[in-house]
Amino acid sequence: MKVRHKVLVVDDELHIRRLIHAALARADYAIVEAENAREALEMLRDERPDIVLLDLGLPDRDGLELVPLVKQQSDTTLIVVSAREATDQKVAALDLGADDYLTKPFDTDELLARVRVALRNRMTRDGGMLAVTAGEVTIDLIARTVVKAGREVHLTPKEYAVLAQLARHPGRVITHNQIMAQVWPHEVEHHVEYLRVLVRTLRQKLESDPQQPQIISNELGIGYRLRSVSDAPGDEAGQGH
Amino acid sequence: MTGNDRPSPEAFLRQAAQEGRGRLKVFLGAAPGVGKTWEMLTDGRQRREAGVDVVVGVVETHGRRETEALVHGHEIIARRDVDHQGHSLGEMDIDAILERRPALVLVDELAHTNAPGSRHPKRYQDVEELLDAGIDVYSTINIQHVESLNDVVASFTRVRVRETVPDSILENAEIEVVDIPPDELIERLREGKVYIPQEATRALTHFFSKSNLTALRELALRRAAQAVDAQMLEHVRSHALAGSFAVGERIVVAVSELPVAAELVRAGKRLADALRAPWTAVYIETRRSQHMTDADRRQLADTLALASRLGASTATVPAESVVKGLRSFASDARATQIVIGKSSRPWWFEMRHGSVVDQLVRTIDDVAVHVLPGEPGAQLTRRGRLMVPGRWGKPSDYLWSLAMVAAMTALGRLLLAVIDLGNIALLYLLPVMFAAATFGLRAGLFAGLASSLAYNFFFLPPVGTLSVNNPENVVSILVLLGVAVVTSQFAARVRAQADLAQWSARQNAALASFSRQLTAAPDQDTLMHAICAEVGRLLDVRTALLLPSADGPMLRAAVPPEDRLEQIERAAAQWAMDNEQPAGRGSSTLTASDWLFHPLRTTRGVLGVLGMTRDDAREPVRSDQVPLLMSLLDQASIALDRMELEEESLRTRQVDERDRLRSALLSSVSHDLRTPLTTILSAAQEIRRNPSALLAETIETEALRLNRFVSNLLDMARVEAGALPMKVEATDLFDAAASAAHDTRASLLGHEVKVDISPNIPLVRVDPVLLHHCLINLLDNAGRYADPGTPIVIRARRAADAISMSIIDQGPGIAPGNEKRVFETFTRLEGSDRAKHGTGLGLAIVKGFAEAMGLSVEASNNEDPHGACFTIRIPERLIITHLGDKEQP
Repeated sequence: MKVRHKVLVVDDELHIRRLIHAALARADYAIVEAENAREALEMLRDERPDIVLLDLGLPDRDGLELVPLVKQQSDTTLIVVSAREATDQKVAALDLGADDYLTKPFDTDELLARVRVALRNRMTRDGGMLAVTAGEVTIDLIARTVVKAGREVHLTPKEYAVLAQLARHPGRVITHNQIMAQVWPHEVEHHVEYLRVLVRTLRQKLESDPQQPQIISNELGIGYRLRSVSDAPGDEAGQGH
Repeated sequence: MTGNDRPSPEAFLRQAAQEGRGRLKVFLGAAPGVGKTWEMLTDGRQRREAGVDVVVGVVETHGRRETEALVHGHEIIARRDVDHQGHSLGEMDIDAILERRPALVLVDELAHTNAPGSRHPKRYQDVEELLDAGIDVYSTINIQHVESLNDVVASFTRVRVRETVPDSILENAEIEVVDIPPDELIERLREGKVYIPQEATRALTHFFSKSNLTALRELALRRAAQAVDAQMLEHVRSHALAGSFAVGERIVVAVSELPVAAELVRAGKRLADALRAPWTAVYIETRRSQHMTDADRRQLADTLALASRLGASTATVPAESVVKGLRSFASDARATQIVIGKSSRPWWFEMRHGSVVDQLVRTIDDVAVHVLPGEPGAQLTRRGRLMVPGRWGKPSDYLWSLAMVAAMTALGRLLLAVIDLGNIALLYLLPVMFAAATFGLRAGLFAGLASSLAYNFFFLPPVGTLSVNNPENVVSILVLLGVAVVTSQFAARVRAQADLAQWSARQNAALASFSRQLTAAPDQDTLMHAICAEVGRLLDVRTALLLPSADGPMLRAAVPPEDRLEQIERAAAQWAMDNEQPAGRGSSTLTASDWLFHPLRTTRGVLGVLGMTRDDAREPVRSDQVPLLMSLLDQASIALDRMELEEESLRTRQVDERDRLRSALLSSVSHDLRTPLTTILSAAQEIRRNPSALLAETIETEALRLNRFVSNLLDMARVEAGALPMKVEATDLFDAAASAAHDTRASLLGHEVKVDISPNIPLVRVDPVLLHHCLINLLDNAGRYADPGTPIVIRARRAADAISMSIIDQGPGIAPGNEKRVFETFTRLEGSDRAKHGTGLGLAIVKGFAEAMGLSVEASNNEDPHGACFTIRIPERLIITHLGDKEQP
């Protein structure tokens, strides 16, 4: 890697910072650290990191307040790393603009995978994502076609809208609200059951075993994630749920 | 008393009761004005100067200056104002004294009657309470106020005082006679030193004559001597000194419902005092008692109450007749003397029935019978009672008798051809005996008369006339009448016994049913209600049950339901609880209360009080009902006691159970936290010296285990807090199964997880996170118990009214009978060794979470292949059966 990506680690716990530091150093990232919100904002301005790993429980400010501030100040990618496991906290963080959410305790491999996904998304967003492959399925975002094992799969416009939404950010969790805002732009009240039914038919069309989905994975109470071949997040154990 | 050398148990008991009780000293005077109050105050001052804590409870100075001067030195407890019909009466404030707790209190006028609404009707009862509280009391009384001398004094002074004090009060008191010669007293009276002058002059002519005063003085001195005697006797008895005293005398006074019985009671008291003997007033209850009027019952209750105040024990004994009852009671009580009133029945009544006195004297040996004259006024009542309609029977009785006689006549006419004329008379015995046995004497006589007339008219020659010309036939007629009399007597006796047996059978049945009702009560509230309902039904009263509480007696049950009781009634209930004595209407304490409260006593003390009242303002319990009430109270107390003990033991068991859980939690927490921590710690230390992938993996596994345990603890805390934040949303069971399988794949190593869900299973409305926790715990559990290498199945099926989602393993399954227990906190079946990684919390969390979402869980066993099956049941109302038409564009 020619350009070392810079990661800002915001956490008040020395041991967590030390652990993340070790993991990131192993993957050859440049690392800067902040132990509270004030420092974090300073670093964000001075160091211009590519990625921010943000803990929500900071001594001077609630991390959730920081999420929109970070997104306003820069175009950095933001991953929340927190012990708060309540789904509403995760959804709130994601809806406020966080790119991903990781629950403590976490697996360092998982952390590195998420960072990788985030960085690739960042690059493709700039260059434009043309096609995404997940399992046997390839989604061509330009031609708006979906091919499974060499045969085109027929999708309804809504089914395609959901899949395309996930495919634009492969490996990243998209909240129900984010998906539904795209798919049903004119509905004021969104009912997650319609989304669930759509996802179920999508799986029946795309998955080799719809009973144990491998392509569209569910994040309990939060949203869906497309598991593309390239990001290969591998093990998510330790995330809890 | 069986011998001179042994102290009697009663004497010991009395002695024991005296310990810790205050001592009473009574200044006894022959008449007002002798200087009792002055003497008391002087004595009190001496005691105070000797360092005793003396206060004045109440002293009437009657405006006498010397007396007032004496009072001044003392601390005076302010009187309590009692409003009575617009007047404010100052009564002794007993509560203030009890609170002040002096060593000695001076209380004037022992015989005083308190204003209505006071705690006790009489001041001597106040004094009793003070004595019970261990406070010494000095008091004053005039001789004419002594209960047993009341009649005697009235007989020569012609002034009857209504305020009397029971002799028993004086018997335990030290008595000091305040004595001045009669002349001197009359002189003081003239000088206006006694009473208020105008009242004194009026009293003088009636009361303060020299002869009266002399007699009164003699009485007072004799009474004092007697008291000293009695106290000496008591001392001798309790110390078993080789003294001589009357042995084994016991007196029984037979009382009736007549007013004259009060005289008998007083005479009995005098006799008992003279003989220093215990005595009993007994009422023999016969069939006749059922015909008593309410006035009679009240009179009887008053008489028995009087006897009890005079120190007698009282009893009511049911018996076939007065004589038999009295005889058996006297022998049971080992009586040596019987006091009975002379019957005031007319001569002809006694001719027929025999006089009670005569029969008693004739049939009883070794007992002296004292017969006292009855009052003439009683005769009328007595005669009136003989005329009760029941004795004459109903007109139909006579018609039946007549019909039977007619039938026999017709039969006789038919048989005349076959049998002898003399035997025809035998036929008539049938209607006569039947009428006498069934309808009583009068109907029997009537049938006898009708038979003899019919026999005479229809059969005896000359037939068709009532004349008799054969002396043989006269005999036949007499025999018929005689048979009527004899049969009816026998039948009446049998009936009387039958009635009595029936009456006692009814009582026994009532008690038995009462006991049954109480035993059947499953909890304390039902029991208390049953007590109220049953006592109310049996005694025909309104009832209420109160239990003691921090705020005084608390109404716990009432039939008919009662919201609250008046202040005075609560006070009576409180008093009954505190003193273990009845209080309220019909008792001797707080009679202004409409309710009568009886304590429910057991060996552990008073459990509560049962209140009774009637709407017609009569005394709640008739005297003849008292024995039944006592039995009912006994049973009620026992039942309440049993229930309390049961509930106490239940509470103890619950506390034990909580303790067991707590220690299980502690041991679980310490084991399940320490084990992985220990491993992590030592592995980390080891890794520093010797970096190894295996050790790192150990740390990782143990840390994950620790993490799972901590989140389980947190989950359990949330379940137990009862407030699970719910975020219910449409959930796809495919997602749920997949996430659960995904998150448990580390702990389910070696087991293949098979998802078997109907493809068209509807969405359900649950909290996906809580459901996820349920599923991972069930999968974890299955992974722990399933045989190695066997698959674990997640199955979801649509049933008629629910969706059931099951986790099925292949293994030993659940021991029969444990299907419910497995969901209890810290239940680890078959010992804790099997559940190496279990916290004992998992299944309890499953149940808690499932129930919070409105789901249910159950455990069962599967056959072929054998194993456990845990099923989450999602009810119909949580199943999304219909989506709006917005689904497709």
